[in-house]
Amino acid sequence: MKRTIPVIITFVVGMLVIISEFVPHKPFGSIAGTLENWFLIIAGFAIILGVLSLLRMSGHKINSKAPNWQYYLAGIISFSVMVLVGVLWGMRESRGIFGDGENLFNWLGAKPFDYLFNNFFIHLSATMFSLLAFYIASAAYRAFIIRSFESNLLMITAVIIMLGRTSLGNIMTGWLPQNMQFLHLPRIADYIMIYPNSAAQRAIMISAALGVIGSSLRIILGIERSYLGGGN
Amino acid sequence: MRRVILLTISIFLSYFSLHSSLLEFQIRDFPWDDGKALILEWRLDADSDSLRIQKLDPNGHYVTIYDTTKPSGTIMDDDVQPDEAFQYRLIVYNRATGDSAMVDRSMVPLVQWYNTQKTPLLVMMLLLSGATLYYIIASKRGKEFFIRRINALDSMEEAIGRATEKGKPILFIPGIGDLDDIQTIAGLTILSHLATRAAQFDADIIVPVRFSMVLTAAREVVKEAYTRAERADAYRSDRIFYLTDDQFGYVAGIDGIMVREQPAANFFLGSFYAESLILAETGFSTGAIQTAGTAMPHQIPFFVVACDWTLIGEELFAASAYLSRDAQQLGSLKGHDFGKLLCISLIVVGVILEYAGIHWLSNIFNIG
Repeated sequence: MKRTIPVIITFVVGMLVIISEFVPHKPFGSIAGTLENWFLIIAGFAIILGVLSLLRMSGHKINSKAPNWQYYLAGIISFSVMVLVGVLWGMRESRGIFGDGENLFNWLGAKPFDYLFNNFFIHLSATMFSLLAFYIASAAYRAFIIRSFESNLLMITAVIIMLGRTSLGNIMTGWLPQNMQFLHLPRIADYIMIYPNSAAQRAIMISAALGVIGSSLRIILGIERSYLGGGN
Repeated sequence: MRRVILLTISIFLSYFSLHSSLLEFQIRDFPWDDGKALILEWRLDADSDSLRIQKLDPNGHYVTIYDTTKPSGTIMDDDVQPDEAFQYRLIVYNRATGDSAMVDRSMVPLVQWYNTQKTPLLVMMLLLSGATLYYIIASKRGKEFFIRRINALDSMEEAIGRATEKGKPILFIPGIGDLDDIQTIAGLTILSHLATRAAQFDADIIVPVRFSMVLTAAREVVKEAYTRAERADAYRSDRIFYLTDDQFGYVAGIDGIMVREQPAANFFLGSFYAESLILAETGFSTGAIQTAGTAMPHQIPFFVVACDWTLIGEELFAASAYLSRDAQQLGSLKGHDFGKLLCISLIVVGVILEYAGIHWLSNIFNIG
């Protein structure tokens, strides 16, 4: 029963969503939207589980003085402070228990939650994102080491794209006469991006879409049940 | 006096002729659709310098939606809502004669029981689903199919073995999508197989997740996997935990886990965006065996560069069937192959027809 009911629900809901794609008339037309709303409502309640999990795990690490327990303490303090200031003074247009906190607003130039969000959280997020620039360099270095015909091809293509997408490519080949314009690096870079690159990406997207259809069909028919926690 | 009478008659006649031609302003409901389109058609026999179609907006003002000098034509207004009345007016002006005319029309778009525009989609879906079902049934009846090897999945055993030998954990990331993302579901199905093998090998598995819904599902999946491996006592719910909903906060948390816990094997299976390379490069720096899989075309190159094994596109969705070795699921993989064959055939035929100047095939699939 623990497996059968979810499988039946999955089948019925799956079929309804498929039907609603082709039958716009009521009640089918609005089914997909209604189900999405249900998902959002359930996800809203489920966040409590996430918060409990976070607090429980961090609390356990701090209590048992596990290695690097200080990080978990920092996590709990940060979480608690954000929740507290959000509840007490609200954020942006929403009011908190103590209203808008005008005195704090005048002192900080923003509500406490927004102040912390804009001055701490966004910068920390940006720091993580900016790591990407360095990681791209190290990954590119490994990818472009010439070991085989394919990696050679990859490196040549990458160099053309990099030159073609910067002003250097234009400077290097901009002087070419009209009948040699096919060697203009920005033009070659555009050609590579528009044709071979798009073709390869679309091939991956088409195959992934077929995979999604197959996977969805297995789930709807109850052949694939691993995601429910059960065997097949 | 005579002049005045003649002028009055000529104005009356010109107005009448213009107005009578403008009576051919019709609005029709777009047939067999979801009630979100109307067809506006006009025909004018007289000359005009300006022909304008206006639509009454919710504030009670007429807004021009089409401006032309063509005496006849058809346009489609797809900025309408079903079962609501929409009012239009056609205004025609002739500068030379100073004549003008205006016609009002209104129409209610209706929702139909079937959207014919999606027929090609329906046909494709029926063909692909039919083929998949056929292969599943054939497989159930004992027919064996050849399934090509997927090295990334074969290496899973090696990764688990290495984690067991080194006494280090396995890190599994089910992507950054929520449970409504099919890639997350695909990731969780692989997690089920991976957790079973990890339980059998007595290897520790860590699953940090981004969304609470995924947390609940991942815990259930791992718990059942341990039970299936008859190692229910070894299951630790605190190893599957929620980090944060924030994309880069989640990445920072995982990077920290990689650096501190030094997992022997990392699995990144699900939907990934800008964080893919940050995760994979951090994992690479710790020396872990890395297996990644996603259907996001822009992230695949990053995983190919930084990971030992990569599941590309459909391989992610085929993984569960491949790992389970279940005949029915393997049969469904042949359905994928049929789909690929169908797509390749349509592309080849489509390219030839387009080169030949025949556009009906591309028009069929142009469902808007």
